[in-house]
Amino acid sequence: MKITDIAELVCGKILTNNYKDKLEVQGAFVGDLMSDVLSTIKPEAVLITGLNHPQVIRTALIADASMVIIARGKEPSKEMIELAENEQMPLISSPLGLFEISSRLAEKDILSFENSFNHKNCP
Amino acid sequence: MSENASHPDLIANRITRVEELVYELSVSEVMTKNPITFDIDTSIRDALEVMRRLKISGAPVVVDHILTGIITFEDVVRALRDGRADKNVFEYMTKDVATVHDYEQVVEALKTFSKSQVARLPVLDSNNNLVGILTKGDVSTGLLSAMERDVEKAERSKFKASQFFLDKEIISDHTTMVLRYKVKKNDFHHGGTASTRIKKALLRLGVSNQIARKCGIAVYEAEMNLIIHTNNGGNLRIEIDSEKISMEAYDDGPGIEDIEKAMTPGWSTASQEVRTKGFGAGMGLTNIHNCVDEMAIRSSPDTGTNLFMIKYLEKENENESG
Repeated sequence: MKITDIAELVCGKILTNNYKDKLEVQGAFVGDLMSDVLSTIKPEAVLITGLNHPQVIRTALIADASMVIIARGKEPSKEMIELAENEQMPLISSPLGLFEISSRLAEKDILSFENSFNHKNCP
Repeated sequence: MSENASHPDLIANRITRVEELVYELSVSEVMTKNPITFDIDTSIRDALEVMRRLKISGAPVVVDHILTGIITFEDVVRALRDGRADKNVFEYMTKDVATVHDYEQVVEALKTFSKSQVARLPVLDSNNNLVGILTKGDVSTGLLSAMERDVEKAERSKFKASQFFLDKEIISDHTTMVLRYKVKKNDFHHGGTASTRIKKALLRLGVSNQIARKCGIAVYEAEMNLIIHTNNGGNLRIEIDSEKISMEAYDDGPGIEDIEKAMTPGWSTASQEVRTKGFGAGMGLTNIHNCVDEMAIRSSPDTGTNLFMIKYLEKENENESG
């Protein structure tokens, strides 16, 4: 799915202008603890989070996330939006909760981009 | 130009990168995937509404992923002129459709474009299922981004660490490059800035995405530890040579009381305030351990904590699971 399609799907607002519209998103990851995110997120995932802090953008950059969705209608600070803009990290604010965003993406065949070593015994 | 036709070498010299690319790129690399399609029983009125809303001027008509025709604005206009907006797209669509296959070279698509004079070509896979749509705009965009990738690649190789370290004019017993960063205590605001810069620097030096990402994660965790846990902040020191990236985080206290405990996943001494910022999950050292090839911690209340991490460059292709 494209960034604009995803924004529409989660009733979100794209807060940055500087991004590649051709980018095809294949998978996503949800987390509020940045260390959890760093430990298990796969490259090119959409990072969906309830944490509204510039750290989220830096975490996304370090982990090669493809875009960030801030849940529950939280409005990122001007500084956070600027950081996302400068680093070309697409940033969306969605009024929906984490579960609702995830289920809508899952319905559109977006995969879980979570490394499975924490649940090896759970097929 | 025609006089050159008998001089193949001359012509070959004139082949530009774009011309090469139309032979190198496949249709699947430049097409729009999962295009909007109509069922055969979609009404002209509904089709027009979708085309207007999505700003497209035509779309394939399918039955079970198999292409049966294509409906364009011109077809819709014809139907409206007849006053038959209630009819199905099936009645007004073009049934004899020019197509391309996703595995074909872009040059084949260009030939089909000029032969058929159409604005869009449905793209089929080897089983003749519809998998995409191709416009001339897609081709231009595809060529441009391929050329952009070329430039990036050339830029990168210019700065490749290996070239720097193999430079015959720079001779020493052991040549390295050192990057140093100061990290302030409690500076959550800028937390991750140093790590982001380190990751960018590594990419610039030609390190693979995989290794740059893992080093980025390791130093990010180390940087956050300096912000959260130190008395006076600390320093990050990254040393790059032709074989490895050595990363070091050091501070002057208070030191880690029980290193073994600190290495336990989930164990954390972080305050509630730190946790509300999404940190202090007790996964930092575990994450670092998973990202680097070697790791060592020295800590005492008198001298503070030194964290050493090494990532070897030649291990690039092993252990890709993380």
